[in-house]
Amino acid sequence: MNAQDPNPPSLYAKREPIFPRRVKGNFRTMKWWLLAVMLGIYYLIPWIRWDRGPDMPGQAVLLDLANRRFFFFMVEIWPHEFYFVAGLLIMAGIGLFLFTSALGRVWCGYACPQTVWTDLFILVERWVEGDRNARLRLHRQAWNFEKIRKYGLKWTVWFLIGMATGGAWVFYFSDAPTLLVDLFTGQAHPIAYMTVLVLTMTTFLFGGFFREQVCIYACPWPRIQAAMMDEDTITIDYRHWRGEPRGKLKKGQLDPTQGDCIDCMACVNVCPMGIDIRNGQQMECITCGLCIDACDEVMDRIGKPRGLVAYMALSDQQAEQSGAPQKSVWKHILRPRTMLYTAIWGLVGIGLVVALFIRSDMDMSVAPLRNPTHVVLSDGTVRNVYDIRLRNMYHEQRDFVLSITENPDLRLSIEGEPGRRVTVGPDEMALLRVYLTAAPETPSNTAERSAVRIWATIPGTNDRVYSDTIFNGRTQ
Amino acid sequence: MVDPENKTPENKVRPPSRQYPDPAVKLKQDPPTTGHSWDGIEEYDNPMPRWWVWIFILTVIWSVGYWIAMPAWPGIQQATSGVLGYSSRANVASELAEFEARNEQFFVQLVETDLDAIRDNDELHRFAINAGGSVFRAQCSQCHGQGGAGVQASGFPNLLDDDWLWGGTMEDIVTTITWGIRNEDFADTRYSAMPAFGADGLLSNEEIDQVVAHVLSLSGADHDATLASAGAEVFEMNCASCHGESGEGDYFIGAPALNNQIWLYGGSPEAIRESVYYSRFGVMPGFENRLREAEIRAVAAYVHQLGGGQ
Repeated sequence: MNAQDPNPPSLYAKREPIFPRRVKGNFRTMKWWLLAVMLGIYYLIPWIRWDRGPDMPGQAVLLDLANRRFFFFMVEIWPHEFYFVAGLLIMAGIGLFLFTSALGRVWCGYACPQTVWTDLFILVERWVEGDRNARLRLHRQAWNFEKIRKYGLKWTVWFLIGMATGGAWVFYFSDAPTLLVDLFTGQAHPIAYMTVLVLTMTTFLFGGFFREQVCIYACPWPRIQAAMMDEDTITIDYRHWRGEPRGKLKKGQLDPTQGDCIDCMACVNVCPMGIDIRNGQQMECITCGLCIDACDEVMDRIGKPRGLVAYMALSDQQAEQSGAPQKSVWKHILRPRTMLYTAIWGLVGIGLVVALFIRSDMDMSVAPLRNPTHVVLSDGTVRNVYDIRLRNMYHEQRDFVLSITENPDLRLSIEGEPGRRVTVGPDEMALLRVYLTAAPETPSNTAERSAVRIWATIPGTNDRVYSDTIFNGRTQ
Repeated sequence: MVDPENKTPENKVRPPSRQYPDPAVKLKQDPPTTGHSWDGIEEYDNPMPRWWVWIFILTVIWSVGYWIAMPAWPGIQQATSGVLGYSSRANVASELAEFEARNEQFFVQLVETDLDAIRDNDELHRFAINAGGSVFRAQCSQCHGQGGAGVQASGFPNLLDDDWLWGGTMEDIVTTITWGIRNEDFADTRYSAMPAFGADGLLSNEEIDQVVAHVLSLSGADHDATLASAGAEVFEMNCASCHGESGEGDYFIGAPALNNQIWLYGGSPEAIRESVYYSRFGVMPGFENRLREAEIRAVAAYVHQLGGGQ
């Protein structure tokens, strides 16, 4: 700030309420469809049933945090396979990079929950209060019965939507039909009610009151996105060389010395972010396309070609202005940067699919007990003890046989079991205390330590896994 | 779509509409200062943001309700208790009581179930091992070690191996834990005493050397064969009545087996000689007065499954 400046700008920007006008057009129609599909997916997925057998949950998508199991249709993820989730998150990240470098903030404009729910809340607002002018009037007028009634109704509907949002969220974490009954009869876990309450309030506040401020001030993603965009990224822009100098229609006639923009403010009035697209691409713009619809409608009415405001790359703007030939959309999209993102995205995806198909539905981990490292028995035999965890990641109970193949002098036995065979229940883990013994004068007995490979086999099948560990001999 | 009239390739300057709004348009009057000046730096007297003020007022209102509802104001004896009657101490107590009530059925079952039948009941056995394990770590691990391995060659028995002084069945273990070993507080305690053959002059030094060699031979350790054969007679006369003809020991009188690889006080000739000369007198507390019967049974179940149970 310049000390000599007699009028320094305020560092605080008060929020100017935004009352987006209703608009019709291709982008608006597409956004309604996307909204319906995405909300439909969000609300319906927990209700899809999936038969996994009698002892397993029957919900297609279930994040069973209490039992630490994650179900996604035919796939079941155990906590130690959490790398699948990490891989999916990496794919989601790279996917966003790809879309951003190709199509700008297409995620923000069409798919982001903040945008979708704000759209829904604005729709409610319009149903209750009317379009832009009616809402503006209501906003400016003093509190009276009409304002209280309309605002009260609007807030009530918002709150109900918020409750439905938070209510649907918890169904992903528990059996949906049971939880629904429990929620209404007061039987559900307090955490479920807390989650519903928190998400109800965040939906209500973020969709109803914070709206574009979330995108401008709170969300880190728009700031990161700027690094992924370049002059070939397709974003929304205003053809200023065609629109300027702008001017109002005079007596319904176009002044031939003027540009095509008649300064009707349609693009500004429909903008949910409250900006003027004619200032070019700017920080707030989420590229939702509503200004395109609004301007096209006006261009049609005054008999000018559409596309004064349109999706285009920055390089198009310059090419059009200089009369140079334009690149096709595909030439913009297919460039090294997007191809690299696609390749990384595909590689991670292929890796995950391969990992999914080659993973085993059984697993064993062996932890040698180190207190003490070994025990000498009365006849001089040396014994080591191991905690073995056997995971049966299958929906039926199965038998496992433990064995040692490469150390002929070691004997294996299981505490509390007569043999080397144990039964593990469906989708369960068994913790076994396993003894390995080496008789006196055998190599494993006298060596300080020997490498051991313990096998777990499902009898009658070729399914087996192994784990490598160490046997401590009699060192003194 | 391209309008030839407006095609101005040389137009590199941004038209006014492409420029961002001049920030000066939004300029406001300078806010007043607080009047403080530090090295010429002054402080604006800006009001707090309104949302902040509102939250502050709400917290003040909230605090009044909190004083009434919850323990708040400190007094001489104790703080005001609040109308809701909340107390974190009482919560802990009630949670502990709740867990104890939940465990009570298992404690009852532990006492009612036959000792050898405990491991047949999976749920009860799991409870016994966990409850017994925590008692073991609190009461037994000081001598027997966290892992139950005792202290090598120092008289603290290893509970993991298959060698026992007083027997390794569930019943034997329960008896040992309940009454202790050589414990003067209980008439039922495990008691045995080996004579101090050297210190009390029962055996000569030469005879002791012979019997030590014989004891080494019983477990197959390196020994002097001449001494050992002489020691056989000494052993038979003085030791076999408790330790057995071939040194197999006797659980009933707590006589350790000498014919195996496990030495409570060490298996070197010097350590064995000291045992014969001075005798040993290991002790263990009885837990009759310290643990409930169910807890003793739980510890016994825990020790029994460490690897040496009989």
